[in-house]
Order: sequence, then structure tokens, then C-alpha cells
Amino acid sequence: MEDIYEEPNKDTEVAPALIAVHPTQNSVALAIGSDLRVFNLIGGCAVSLVENSGGALHKDSIRAIRYGASGKLFVSAGDDKLVKIWSTESWHCISTVCSEKRVTAVAISNDGSYVCFADKFGVVWVVDVDVEGLDGNQASANKKAAPMLSHYCSIITSLEFSPDGQFFVSADRDFKIRVTVFPKKPLDGAHEIQSFALGHTEFVSCLASVYTQEFPHGFLVSGSGDSTVRLWDISSGSLLDTCDIRDKAGPSEFKGIEEECCSAVTDLCTIPDSTLVAVAVQSLQGIILLRCDLSARTLNVAKVVSIKGDTFIPTSLATSVSSGLLWMVTGASNLGDLESPSLARVRVISDFKKTSPDVVQQGPTVLEDDETPGGEKLLKKLQGRVSIDEKVFSTAAEALKTSMSKLLIKKQYSTERREFRKRGRNDKKLKQ
Amino acid sequence: MLENKVNSTHSKSTGLPRKRFYRARAHSNPLSDSHFPVPVAPSHVDYSLHYPQLFPSSDEAGSCKKIQFADIGCGFGGLLISLSTLFPDTLMIGMELRDKVTEYVKERILALRVTNPGQYQNISVVRTNSMKYIPNYFEKAQLSKMFFLFPDPHFKEKNHRRRVISPFLLDEYAYALEVGGIIYTITDVEELGDWMKACLENHPMFEALTSEEVEADPVTKLLSSATEEGQKVDRNGGQTFRAIYRRIAPSL
Repeated sequence: MEDIYEEPNKDTEVAPALIAVHPTQNSVALAIGSDLRVFNLIGGCAVSLVENSGGALHKDSIRAIRYGASGKLFVSAGDDKLVKIWSTESWHCISTVCSEKRVTAVAISNDGSYVCFADKFGVVWVVDVDVEGLDGNQASANKKAAPMLSHYCSIITSLEFSPDGQFFVSADRDFKIRVTVFPKKPLDGAHEIQSFALGHTEFVSCLASVYTQEFPHGFLVSGSGDSTVRLWDISSGSLLDTCDIRDKAGPSEFKGIEEECCSAVTDLCTIPDSTLVAVAVQSLQGIILLRCDLSARTLNVAKVVSIKGDTFIPTSLATSVSSGLLWMVTGASNLGDLESPSLARVRVISDFKKTSPDVVQQGPTVLEDDETPGGEKLLKKLQGRVSIDEKVFSTAAEALKTSMSKLLIKKQYSTERREFRKRGRNDKKLKQ
Repeated sequence: MLENKVNSTHSKSTGLPRKRFYRARAHSNPLSDSHFPVPVAPSHVDYSLHYPQLFPSSDEAGSCKKIQFADIGCGFGGLLISLSTLFPDTLMIGMELRDKVTEYVKERILALRVTNPGQYQNISVVRTNSMKYIPNYFEKAQLSKMFFLFPDPHFKEKNHRRRVISPFLLDEYAYALEVGGIIYTITDVEELGDWMKACLENHPMFEALTSEEVEADPVTKLLSSATEEGQKVDRNGGQTFRAIYRRIAPSL
């Protein structure tokens, strides 16, 4: 009798592939499982990471990677509770910070002097980065992080600094986005909450900011499991516009049958020098481009860029400031298939400039493999191999879907089951 | 049948609900995922449901008053009921995590409204986890008073993060309180009293009230006398430990 209430066996945890691009496209980094792969685009060669601070490379799934705004720093962190800060010049690990819990998100302050990371308990920690240690040969001693703020026991999904560096934004799986004033001494904690951006009805999965010369303070864009992308005023936290992407996502034959969670927004990325936002959606083969009208404060679908051929559902998006290329990756680790335990596939989209409202025909184009910067060498490094069997894609897409819902969607128990679990309680016994 | 049941839980002489029918566990785990509805944002809180006489229809939002006092972990609602007549023009709400206790307070307020027409219209109760959902109920600087009376002590160090007063949660309370707003804490557990005082003392957005200010405040006397927990401590001749702090603007 009790068996029907037991949890199904926990599958091996799957980690989605992540991608990050250097701000001036000097290099591209890809994380798949515990493997961190970096390709130097200037030299056109693969980078081998040097761990000279004594520690090892990541031992468990990497959950977050990021370049600093200046491009000097790179941070990687994940389930092995290590936050590694790398110099992008030498690709030496200049510092390894131990976290008490698994790390879910990282951010680097705009001036590159602080690294923030969030753990599974909803605490955001901050470490100051010794800028001298960057150039010096001796790796700075392994630092201790100071707790800065906390979302009460909610998994934090994304961290972001506002474009002007004034605010620090954190999003969690309890539908909440918190905007905190980034203090002068963050090691003493960030206590002043500027606003809460509330409106999402499911977990918030990703954050990005949009800004132009006219609006240097910028606006916040968030994607969520409720299949919407929302535009917020950062300072007041007020909701300016909501863009429902459910209609645009998912192949039509699935419509109505698929559960709601399947059009969850997985990643957002703003296209530099434009007000376009690229959106990756669970179940969409391609990306949705949203146009953000900053003076009218609206967010609308500009175009759906579909990717022909493989079942390419991006798991992570990245751009560099200089190139105007959008890098996408799909893949997952721990697929349970002996032949190909993990999958990573990289695609690139270019020509966003042409996506003006009047010219609908010409649009962004998906580059072929031989047009991708770095060519075959890059693909070999980042993907692990050049060509990938079609079958693996669908397995990966399926695995990712379950892993995301397991992590972020709250378990719903039926009333009977809840009552069943309370059966031993003293106050329940009284009734009988 | 149903009517019969409802009546039997209320005292025949006073019409108030009787506690023995609302037995609940003394503690509730604030870390567990919740199964009750939470308003998406403060603007979604339906005031007409909580204060039906003051907000006749749910459409007339906007111009109306907002909740100013929040009793976090209101228990059986003793403080709310005392405050209701002391500040008849202030809207206040009790927040309680235990469903049966919330039900009791709800019934108690309804019964009081019936027996005292025109009174007790400014108090209400909601079942929620205030450690998680304060920003869903209150806008920035909306509150002028927050009460944390006899909270769970959570002695084990492992469970300190379950304490309702903690350095990080104070950030959220400071957000909900207006500058000059007051946070009242009281406990009969010395260790917890020291902890709450230390948290408030070390927070850059709170300063202690002077002892004269504490004496002059009519509310401070209610902290130990109005609540059920306070009366129990008093009966047993126990000691109480107060920490009363004012929300200040952070120095830049």
C-alpha cells in the first residue's frame, strides 16, 4: 500500500550544456557535465586549462559559466561546490572558492572587482577579486566568500548586475525577482532592497538587461516557466510588458497535448547594439527574437528563427559585444548512453542588424558549420566531435526537459497523499 | 450536519470559537514547500475579502487604505484583537503558517464582529509563510509596525536558519517597513532574545528605541499581556526579553 506513494527512483542528474562568449569574441567557452572546454578564436586553437592553485578541475556538473564585462575574468561553478575564477589571458585558475552548497548561478560585477555566486539554499555569496593576483604569477590564496543576501531557502536561478552597476538582480524558483542596491562594501552584506519584480506565476529561469544610449540605466527582461518573457523597470520593479511566447513555441503537432511546462523559457540573451532579445524555449527548434521598444516600454515578438535539420533546441545562448553573433548550444551530460554519454552541439546565428521591422524577409541567418568562426577545429574542441548522430538529439532534449522540471517545478502532492503523510501526527490521531 | 458541526465548535455563551476544536502542533516547518495560494503581487491582495465592511467590493481598489500593521506568526490572535480597538482606523493583518490556528483566528474575528457590531472590522488573518512571501503582500515601505511575538526558538544551530528574525530576513522586513516604522520582538527564551537583539543591532537599517520611547509607546505593554503566549509566561512567572527597533534610512 505504501509503495504507491514512494518516489520513483531518481535518475542520474542531467546537466544542460552551457555556452559563454568573451565580450570581444577572443574565445568561446562551453561547459558540459564536469567538462569545461575553451576555444581561442584569435589564435584559432583549443585552450588547455591550467590549474596551478593546487586544486583539481571541476569534479561534478558545471551549472554556471560567465565572462566578466571587461573580458579579463571567467568564472565557472557547479555541483562540486567549487567556484573557479580564471584569467582569460593565460587560462590559469587564479582562485578557487569553496562553497558550502551546490552553486546555481554566478555573476561578475561590472568593474570586475567582485564575483557573486548563489547556492542551492538561496544565499548569494560575494568574493573580492584581487586584481593584482591577476597579473602576478603566484595564485592568490584560496579565498573565503562572504554571504551578501538571501532568498529564503529558494533555489536562485539567475544573477545579473544592472547596466549601470547600481543594482544587483537575483531571480528564484519562487517566482521572485529581487533588486538590491549593490553596496560599496558588499562583503558586509547587501541589505537595501530596491524593489521586488513580481508577476511571474512560475519559476523565473533567466534574466537579462536591455539598454541603449538613450536609456543607459536599462530595463530588465526575465524569462520564466510560465511561458512568458517580461519587461521590468529595474528601479521600481514595476511590470512594463508581458510577452507570452506559448503560441510561438513548440511544433504545432504537439500543441494542446504537451504540458504547460514544456514551453518554459530556458535562456535569454540580449543582442548587443540593438533592442533585440533572443529567447530559447524548451521544445522550440530555434529561437524567438523579441523586440523591446524602450520608449514605449513594450516587448513584442519580432521573428522566430527556426533551425532546420537536426532537432536543435538550444539550452544556452551567448553573444559577444563586438561581433553581433549569437552563439547557441544544445546538449546534456549523463545521457546514460555508453556510446555517447554526453552531447554538445554548437550553432551560430548572424546578421541581426537586418532584423528591422520593415524588412521582414531578410533576417538573421543560421551559419553552416564551415561558416562558424573557428571552423571545424572549434567544433571539434567544443562538441568533442564534428558530426553528431541525429538520434542523440531527441534523447538529450527529453532528458533536459525532465531535469529542468525536477529542479525548478514544485512537486505537487495530491490531498490524499498529504493526508497519508500526516497519518502519524498526534493532532491527526485525535480525530479517530 | 455541517451547520451542527460549525456551531459545536463555538462557545454557546460568548459565540467565540473554542480552542479545543482547533488543536494544532506547536511548530510548523517554514522550509517546506507550501500548498496554499499566494498573491502574485501586493496589488493582488483582495482587501474586500479581509475587510468586507471597509472595502465593500473588490473593484474599488487603488484609492483605499493599505494594511499598516503586520503580526508575523500571530498565533491565536490575541495581539491583533487588542490592537484593533487601540488603533480602530488602522488596517492590520495576522500571518500564521499553521492552518488550523489560522482557521481559529478567522472564526474568532468573525464572531467578534457579530457580537460587537462596527468593531473589529480592521483586523484579518491570512495563512502564509511570511518568511517567504512578505513581498507578495506588502509594497515597499507600506508597514508602520511589525510584530514578532514569542517566535519559535529553534535551538539547534542547524535550525537557526528557520528563525523568523535573521540577518537576511531583516532585509525584507526593512523593505516592507517605512522609515520610522517599528519592529517589536519579544520572547521568553533568553538565548533567542539575545539572538534577535544581536541581529537587529548589527543591521544597518535598524536602531534601538530609547527606554523612554519604549515606555511611552502604548503598544509595548500589550506585547506580553495581550498574547496567549505572553499570558502563559506570566502565569508561570517567567521572564521575557524584548527588542524594539526603528527602521532608519541606511547611511550612505
